[in-house]
Amino acid sequence: MLRYTIRRLIQLVGVVLVLSLLLFAWLRALPGGPVSALLGERSTPESREALTKQLGLDQPIFVQYFKFLGRALSGDFGVSTGVQPGDAALDIFLQRFPATLELSFLAIVIAIAVGIPLGYMAAKRRGGWFDNISVGGSLLGVAVPVFFLAYVLKDVLSSALGLPTEGRQDAIDATRVTGFFVLDGVITQEWDAALNALEHLILPAIALATIPFAVVFRITRAAVLDVLDEDFVRTAESKGLTAPTIRRRHVLRNAMLPVVTTIGLQTGALLAGAVLTEKVFSFAGVGQALAIGFERRDYPVLLLLIIMATIVYVVVNLLVDLSYALIDPRIRTR
Amino acid sequence: MVHSRTARRRWTAAIGLTGVAALALSACAESARTDDPGAGQVGGTLTFGAAGAPKLFDPFYATDGETFRVSRQMYEGLVGFKPGTAEVEPALATKWDSSEDGKTWTFTLKENVKFHDDSDFNAEAVCFNFNRWYNQKGAGQSDAVSQYWLDNFGGFADTPDKPSLYKSCTAKDTKTAVVELNEATSQFPSVLGFTSFSISSPDALKKYDADNVVAAGDSFTYPAYANEHPTGTGPFKFGKFDKANNVVELVRNDAYHGTKAKLDKIVFRIIPDETARKQALEAGDIDGYDLPNAADWPGLKEKGFNVAVRPAFNVLYLGINQKNNPKLQDLRVRQALMHAINREQLVKSQLPEGASVATQFMPSTVDGFNKDVKAVGYDPEKAKALLAEAGASDLTLKFFWPTEVTRPYMPSPKDIQAAIAGDLEKAGIKLEISSKPWNGGYLTDVDQGIPDLFMLGWTGDNGTAHNWIGTFFGRADNRFNTGASPWGATLAAELGKASAEPDEDKRRGMYEELNKKIMEEYLPAVPVSHSPPALVLKSEIKGVVPSPLTDERFGSASKG
Amino acid sequence: MVTPTRKKDRIDKLAEAGSDAGVSLAASAWRTLRRSPVFLTGAVIIGLFVLVSLLSPWLAPHDPSDPMLIDQVIKARNQIPAVQDGHPLGGDLQGRDFFSRLLIGSQQTLIVGVLATLIGLAGGLTLGTLAGALGGWVDSVVMRLVDVMLSLPSLLLAFSISAMFARPNQYTVIVAVAVVQIPVFARLLRGSMLAQRSSDHVLAATALGVKPGAIVFRHMLPNSLGPVIVQSTLVLATAIIDAAALSFLGLGNPDDRIPEWGQMLGDVQNVFDTHPQLAFWPAGCIIVVALGFTLMGETLREALDPKSRR
Repeated sequence: MLRYTIRRLIQLVGVVLVLSLLLFAWLRALPGGPVSALLGERSTPESREALTKQLGLDQPIFVQYFKFLGRALSGDFGVSTGVQPGDAALDIFLQRFPATLELSFLAIVIAIAVGIPLGYMAAKRRGGWFDNISVGGSLLGVAVPVFFLAYVLKDVLSSALGLPTEGRQDAIDATRVTGFFVLDGVITQEWDAALNALEHLILPAIALATIPFAVVFRITRAAVLDVLDEDFVRTAESKGLTAPTIRRRHVLRNAMLPVVTTIGLQTGALLAGAVLTEKVFSFAGVGQALAIGFERRDYPVLLLLIIMATIVYVVVNLLVDLSYALIDPRIRTR
Repeated sequence: MVHSRTARRRWTAAIGLTGVAALALSACAESARTDDPGAGQVGGTLTFGAAGAPKLFDPFYATDGETFRVSRQMYEGLVGFKPGTAEVEPALATKWDSSEDGKTWTFTLKENVKFHDDSDFNAEAVCFNFNRWYNQKGAGQSDAVSQYWLDNFGGFADTPDKPSLYKSCTAKDTKTAVVELNEATSQFPSVLGFTSFSISSPDALKKYDADNVVAAGDSFTYPAYANEHPTGTGPFKFGKFDKANNVVELVRNDAYHGTKAKLDKIVFRIIPDETARKQALEAGDIDGYDLPNAADWPGLKEKGFNVAVRPAFNVLYLGINQKNNPKLQDLRVRQALMHAINREQLVKSQLPEGASVATQFMPSTVDGFNKDVKAVGYDPEKAKALLAEAGASDLTLKFFWPTEVTRPYMPSPKDIQAAIAGDLEKAGIKLEISSKPWNGGYLTDVDQGIPDLFMLGWTGDNGTAHNWIGTFFGRADNRFNTGASPWGATLAAELGKASAEPDEDKRRGMYEELNKKIMEEYLPAVPVSHSPPALVLKSEIKGVVPSPLTDERFGSASKG
Repeated sequence: MVTPTRKKDRIDKLAEAGSDAGVSLAASAWRTLRRSPVFLTGAVIIGLFVLVSLLSPWLAPHDPSDPMLIDQVIKARNQIPAVQDGHPLGGDLQGRDFFSRLLIGSQQTLIVGVLATLIGLAGGLTLGTLAGALGGWVDSVVMRLVDVMLSLPSLLLAFSISAMFARPNQYTVIVAVAVVQIPVFARLLRGSMLAQRSSDHVLAATALGVKPGAIVFRHMLPNSLGPVIVQSTLVLATAIIDAAALSFLGLGNPDDRIPEWGQMLGDVQNVFDTHPQLAFWPAGCIIVVALGFTLMGETLREALDPKSRR
């Protein structure tokens, strides 16, 4: 088990190195870049040349890459040119990661809170109108572009519910402890700050929740269908256990395993969805930084964030695999 | 568009103008001045929606509009601009005199002024600032760092190959500072009204290591002074920059030497998405934002917001590069391009209220504008005839346009591009259209002369003609590659001569003549339009005066 | 492997589902599908969509790039051409006939979807066949590569790929959307082939002395068709939605003379509230078509999965 984990982590390091080299070389080959971002339309050929030299961009790509790696080891991944000009890319990631985690967490909570009961009920009424409508609805959810849904939510729901449509929190005096605004509010007992941050989370979280929702719903439904057919449920029924007891004790517990692990797999989709959702709601998370980074070609930030996204994705999936292996010993032999 | 609002560079920021142009500009900004600065309720917070984060808070190293907007609330220069105009008025200096030769300037300073750190403002502090600017070292000398100094004062103490306009500063007594220049310039002293040349507290500069700029990797890192401890004399002090929440807070300076600010606080909320800014305003989360989309003006006005329109101090042009296609060196072909474009229609359909067709490469408020030059009308038949005459009926041109950007002169590049391209194609010109992101190669391609036609523009730094046509055509190896035509070098030389002419009337005459020649004999590019940028505020916000230089100071602002 | 085991499992399960089946399953699947209202709904939507796209050059009343109504566009008054005679949906921000753009847009959307799927399939086919048919070290190398690609979040990878093209255009969009599908198809085909290598008909063919190449192309590939069709149908939907997301982030094709729905939707993000019709029409079309493909894909998958046909 330990060896398995270590092997996977070593492979992760390899992937990150290869990925960073590829990204680095590719970004360097592109026109524009830092010089263009710093000087803008006023640049003269002379000032471009001087700055290129000053920043060492005229050196061979491998020299530049090794210098980058050297700096990266000490936590210096370069300075933002577009997202938050002048800020260290790593700081931008560290500031914004809690925001995206908070948002994704709430999105998953919403997806589970709605998806599991709905999936369970659909499975119990397999083939009925309720089942058909909810299956259709979940497929429709997949077909709607997330950013469009986000705009619709923003336009329709915000005025109806009186919820804020941009940002993480109003400019109220709030103490920052962890960077998770809701959590900070709870820790410091600044309840208004926590509530305010939570209000800001609701609309983007609903939009983002549609991504894991469809999967959670379908997996729950399939898992419940599987379990309902299993012998032990039939046995339970024959033993005369009441419906709620069967549901609680057997069906849901057995169906939960695939559901929980599936959520881990949604990390990638959530990250991509966060790019779109956070842009719509001007929510200062990693996704927004990526969206602005793409827009303004902020290469240092893009480089770091893409690598970080990969690491997060792989690590979450490793955790999922590990938990699976712990539960189901057969996996380990693979 | 959210695109690159923050990438707006310094020419949208505070800028100085010279005398005559300043008068002309002030006349056109007059209508916007409605509020009595003395009135207005005290207290409250003004929340302003910013499109991007300020890069830092030290105005000397600032280059972009978002950074200047925040800095100018905390800082003051020796001179300032009368609100809503480009007229120079006293600020930290109460009066100034220059010697006969225009090289020695004596500033009399306001007394009993304190910096935010409670240290004294005096002549020594002024000279400390000048010498700080002049003695930048290493990364501080980079074009990307001290851009304003380089553009306006030239080199530094240790760059003998690049002389500086600045010579020395002497504190004659506590309230008299004497600044010596190496040569006379009409830019002085208005250049000292640029936010970049605001006066900082020497104590704070020293304490927080203000000059310690370091080139790190692809960019620059700035010291604590620029990031956390900006210390000026302005009506607001630095509060905090909550990066996690994307909010900058400034608080009232209760020890301010002039009329104290009415607001308790200014909060800049960074909202990169334009639609989100508009919705935040409509929902009451913010009190105003800059550069609302022209299409949103009517809706915002209907909802009772105050859309404050600044005078159009810019030009959009269709650039022509003569390098790759020799046909473009034929004046008739370039004239055909101008006749082919329906600029009236373009201005009417795509640009905001108050926009106009450009008759030449500068707005009428610039000194040297030639009012006798008339806009050439839309005439596709004439365009075709001219092309046929020049043997260029089968002309194929590479037309580039930028994505991921909006500019005050170019609110929606895509739509403007489509209109121009449609017109050119109607005149029988074949186009190979392509686009690149503004920061991702567009500017580089234009500089390297890859496209034949391109869209670009300019927002003026000041009202001298040199800042406009001098920048465009002042050298023959420019973006238009005018050097490919025999007149390119002539034009550059003539522009140089005009700029060096000391007599104001004579100089104006020379520029008027040049404008006429540029439009009738040379036509290196097609000027398209001038387009006014706006600022939108809640109606209860009083005392914010739209400035042609975007030099809006919130010291006089109040809520109700 | 770095790749999430679950993601691989999902693909592998689909691969196995189709491959051990052969003709009898295909026939029975078809019988199921013919009576499935869900599948039929999807098929009708897609049929109409393909028909309209093919005929759109003749159906569209106007040139989609002609700013014929430009004199009715007045940005200063936030005015765009209204619905009028000959222009059933009015005009867009540049005065072009919106109905024609929507029609022609269907064609470009189909092209983006189909080309992206084909490229993803071709790439996956090459890699998957190599790995699945040859096995051994080729298999290891190819699958290691595929796993590295699978270890990146796919839509994020598509964003990144697009951002790296110096000059975005229609083809960079297609490539970005397609590349992220290559590893999925590769793994699918490899799984399918592996499942067949030990199957009776392949063993029989080998025993009869049929050349390996012929076995792959005559026996193994045709039997992998089921899962490939399922995956392709689903990818068509994904490709269209992903292309819209690229446009939304400014990474799409900036040249809109020949429109595409995703681009039409992404480009009007700043006027969602003032001219909602410019967003709702392309969005509606994308949703309906993506739903059509998804309905077909999901019902196909169920029909081919023996486990679901209890």
